[in-house]
Amino acid sequence: MAAKSWKEWEKPLIELEDALAKLVERSKIAPEAERAEIEAKVAEYERRRDHYIDVMYSRLGPWEKVLVARAEKRPYTLDYVQALFTDFIELDGDRRYGADHAIVGGPAMFEGRPVMVVGHQKGRNIQERQYRNFAMAKPEGYRKAMRLFEMANRFGLPVVTFVDTPAADPGVESEARGISEALAASMLRMFELRVPTISVVVGEGGSGGALAIAVANSILMQEHAIYSVIPPEGCAAILWRAPEKAPQASAALRLTAQSALELGLIDEILPEPRGGAHRDPAEAAAIIREALRTELSDQSKRTGDQLKAERYEKFRAMGHLISPPVEQPPLIA
Amino acid sequence: MSAFLQCAGCKKILFAAEFEQNLRVCQYCGHHHRLPARDRILLTFDPDSFVEMDAELRSGNPLQFPDYQEKREAAEAKTGSFDSIVSGYAALGGVRVVTAVSDFAFMGGSMGSVAGEKITRTLERAAEERIPAVIFTTSGGARMQEGLLSLMQMAKTTAAVQRCNEAGAPYICVFTDPTMAGVLASYASVADVILAEPKALIGLAGARVSKQAGVSKIPDDFQTTEFVFNHGLIDRIVPRKELRNTLVSLVRMLGNAA
Repeated sequence: MAAKSWKEWEKPLIELEDALAKLVERSKIAPEAERAEIEAKVAEYERRRDHYIDVMYSRLGPWEKVLVARAEKRPYTLDYVQALFTDFIELDGDRRYGADHAIVGGPAMFEGRPVMVVGHQKGRNIQERQYRNFAMAKPEGYRKAMRLFEMANRFGLPVVTFVDTPAADPGVESEARGISEALAASMLRMFELRVPTISVVVGEGGSGGALAIAVANSILMQEHAIYSVIPPEGCAAILWRAPEKAPQASAALRLTAQSALELGLIDEILPEPRGGAHRDPAEAAAIIREALRTELSDQSKRTGDQLKAERYEKFRAMGHLISPPVEQPPLIA
Repeated sequence: MSAFLQCAGCKKILFAAEFEQNLRVCQYCGHHHRLPARDRILLTFDPDSFVEMDAELRSGNPLQFPDYQEKREAAEAKTGSFDSIVSGYAALGGVRVVTAVSDFAFMGGSMGSVAGEKITRTLERAAEERIPAVIFTTSGGARMQEGLLSLMQMAKTTAAVQRCNEAGAPYICVFTDPTMAGVLASYASVADVILAEPKALIGLAGARVSKQAGVSKIPDDFQTTEFVFNHGLIDRIVPRKELRNTLVSLVRMLGNAA
């Protein structure tokens, strides 16, 4: 029986880590005579922990990746914003209807250079999750994102997006205010941009709600992130009328970063620290920093027209056809 | 084919011949039954004007997704097409247009690599030749059997719409029952003009998903043509028998600058 949550799956490891933490505490206050023994035990526990991590994380199946990508300890967009940027000033509002806290964004400095950051934001406790609507943005969220994309374009700021959402908000209000139009329009706006664009999938790349802010020249995915056309539970419900078969569905959907790279749909997999980004958020951020630096300097050598044309070509080439494609029409001047 | 059939809306018994003559619209309740793509083309465009393009495009099974091959082959046999989109050149009241028409009978009109490629080529032709594009949608959304490849067709087709915008080629989209999820949330919703047949199902997530997400009060007309019209999300509700004339007028007026 497959685990249902990250906590369930990592349980033996989490218990070991807790025991280890207690042991370390004890070693600090233990009398001199016992210390050597406790320290030996600590070393033994650490060895076992590392072994557990290596075994568990060296053969993560697709379903385990889903669990890790959804782990509530995983660093979220604002964690990375704090680690990677300075002077972040959050800007809010779609100027049309309302505030949406499932998507955050604003200008920030990256290594001395201003960029526009936009990303989905999850919450860590019940209150936060409700406030963030589980990172399921409504039309307002995407319209805010569009506003920030356009502003970045006007002022020549590169756009960096962090993707981490189960899906766009499916509620009645969102439908009434045109969630589908908001998703489509956001993609369309991203295709118009004449500035460098980089998207990093850091957790759940949940279908259209993810793609709407991921139309970028460089698409990077963390090692244990997922990206899928449909949640595995939804896929299982449709195919087998059995949402509990989500583990099988996640295998069939090939939603891992490794599969996305094989299919040629992303550019690079960013390795995660031993045992996942949640075990060492600072190290995970450092790896993203390195990639952003490379991508930004690389894309900055191109003109706005080149960036726009290359973005088009990149997505234009996505797909799997048996018949050889005919030559595509020339670029419109 | 039997001489009688039952309306899917009001369940009344209809004469098959009369039903066909009425463009598969129930004479009692006005229910618009789904049309195969090729029938739609025949009753929409000028006689003998349609020239099919890209009919040879065919999907593989890039994910080796269970049962995909079999389902697709069954759909091919049922519809006589390699995929859910039939596309090409046609004329509307003498105006040359490009068109793409979705067929619900082919795996629920779902969009995989081939549908995405056909839509994209259709829109690129419109942009390149600066002629109107007229697209009819009927689709459950992106085709999950092609996984992330299907999702990316949303971006690809939307990019082609952006090209039409830049080129000044008008793009008219007609939503027919159902127009959902990945298709609605991509090229369909960013058309210059959006028309819809009455009482079609139109929405991002199925009503079941909305309920699961804890949405308690779902209005009776939720995700219908009338719902999206009343919320300002489409331009007009057009009954099937008026569609051709509406399209002819639109391409004549909007297609002039091109």
